[in-house]
Amino acid sequence: MLPLIGVVVVVIGFVLRINPLLVVTVAGLTTGIASGLNFLEVVAAFGKAFITSRYVGIVWLVLPVIGLLEHAGLRERARAVISGFRAATTSRVLLVYFAVRQVTSALGLTSLGGHAQMVRPLIAPMAEAAAENRYGDIPAAIRHRIRAHSAAADNIALFFGEDIFIAIGSILLIRGFLEQNGILVEPAQLALWAIPTAICAFVIHCTRLILLERRLRADLSVAAKVEQ
Amino acid sequence: MITLEHVYWLTGLMAGGVAIVNLRDRSNPRRLNNTAFWGIYAITFLAGSYLPDIVSGFLVIGMVLVASIRGLGQGQQKATREEEAANAARWGNKLFLPALTIPVLTVLGTFGLKRIEFGGGPLVDVKQVTVISLAIATLVALAFGMFLLRPPLLAPIREARRLLDAIGWAAVLPQMLAALGALFAIAGVGGAVSGLATRWLPLGTPFAAVITYSIGMAVFTMIMGNAFAAFPVMTAGIGLPLIVQRFGGDPTIMSAIGMLSGFCGTLMTPMAANFNIVPTALLELPDENAVIKVQIPTALLLLAANILLMNFFVFPS
Repeated sequence: MLPLIGVVVVVIGFVLRINPLLVVTVAGLTTGIASGLNFLEVVAAFGKAFITSRYVGIVWLVLPVIGLLEHAGLRERARAVISGFRAATTSRVLLVYFAVRQVTSALGLTSLGGHAQMVRPLIAPMAEAAAENRYGDIPAAIRHRIRAHSAAADNIALFFGEDIFIAIGSILLIRGFLEQNGILVEPAQLALWAIPTAICAFVIHCTRLILLERRLRADLSVAAKVEQ
Repeated sequence: MITLEHVYWLTGLMAGGVAIVNLRDRSNPRRLNNTAFWGIYAITFLAGSYLPDIVSGFLVIGMVLVASIRGLGQGQQKATREEEAANAARWGNKLFLPALTIPVLTVLGTFGLKRIEFGGGPLVDVKQVTVISLAIATLVALAFGMFLLRPPLLAPIREARRLLDAIGWAAVLPQMLAALGALFAIAGVGGAVSGLATRWLPLGTPFAAVITYSIGMAVFTMIMGNAFAAFPVMTAGIGLPLIVQRFGGDPTIMSAIGMLSGFCGTLMTPMAANFNIVPTALLELPDENAVIKVQIPTALLLLAANILLMNFFVFPS
């Protein structure tokens, strides 16, 4: 039971909204001490784990060029392109992105999307511009909801697309784990059985995106009336 | 050979540049805190492979204390939307080219770089080809952008600093959580959780075992922030002994859908910070759980769909 103390620290910390970096550090230190290491050993283990996890931070390398292009007006340009399509709606923009992201992930092209390089500079401004086209000025709360949906579309399409590609990490992990337990499975079979869930994800999330447009229409026409 | 280590150096140089720009910016009241935070971060990238573990550990704790107790700030320089619009009119659709260079070159590099040989060995570390391709693609896109826009030479690092300070400590959270996951693994958190699950949960019928396994994957992924950490534990604890051995289920179908049940958990947890918390910072959302809230309905519906799919297909009729 003692190892679970770190999980308790994390839950309490997130509920109390203490700075997550501090919460995670305290959780790591208490977990290590609960498992019988002394303080210096825990600090060393934490340092080593942080250093070996550096690959997670490499994504920030895109910031100089994205920032440069944003300053030159990339996001405004993305908005302008969408304004040119009269048929564009927030839900259609996100539906198209969702479909493209899921299909390309299924082909192993997972690096075609991402929050820093696609969602912030291109997808979110396009989804917002589509709403502005239809409904004029939009209040901040609804603008934030549209942005959150842009990020969610990227995540969901990626998660439930990538597992159809046979060389992706999760498939290799499953295969390796089952092999250790004396069960041999084909990566292609694992990938095949990811397809039913991928179809469900597409149907469920696209339905929600279509409903999003209805809610935007309802909320924004109410907001427009109040202003008048 | 180009390895991950070189990409770390590049990231470290960028973080170091961000620290220096912060140091020189008097419009940020907390500039020294920002300098310390990004400066230490830069050291972990530049020298992390050579430092003793204990030194790295104290560096990380120092970063955490600077961010959580002293607090980070932001400089005043911020382009207005009008300014961006004026620039956009000037550059037009050419702006999309460098932006799209990144994904296109990353994909090409992932497939192409493996085959290139240099001095008798592969040019890049084949195991890390995606990350190295991303780094190279970013450099090419940056050079392209500089050529196209001809901004001041230091503009890229100032822009990186603007964005990185806007993201703030959340930029480091995914890496901290990955480190926490490693400590959880050392301490045997997984065994403790699956011990609890098998003792207290209903597992008597095939359907109950499927429900427990799928929901267990989702919940355990929420705790660990990562389905990869949950899968071996839940599958060894519940999946293989019950669904496969006792009830005769198919291990391939169980594993494939089980992993995807874990992904439903990833959508619902702040512990998966790179997917759920970092975008709220990047998109300047006031509520750091905004993305999770939007994802929860899809995640729960999809988890239910997974349970039904697994129950329907996993047992041979």
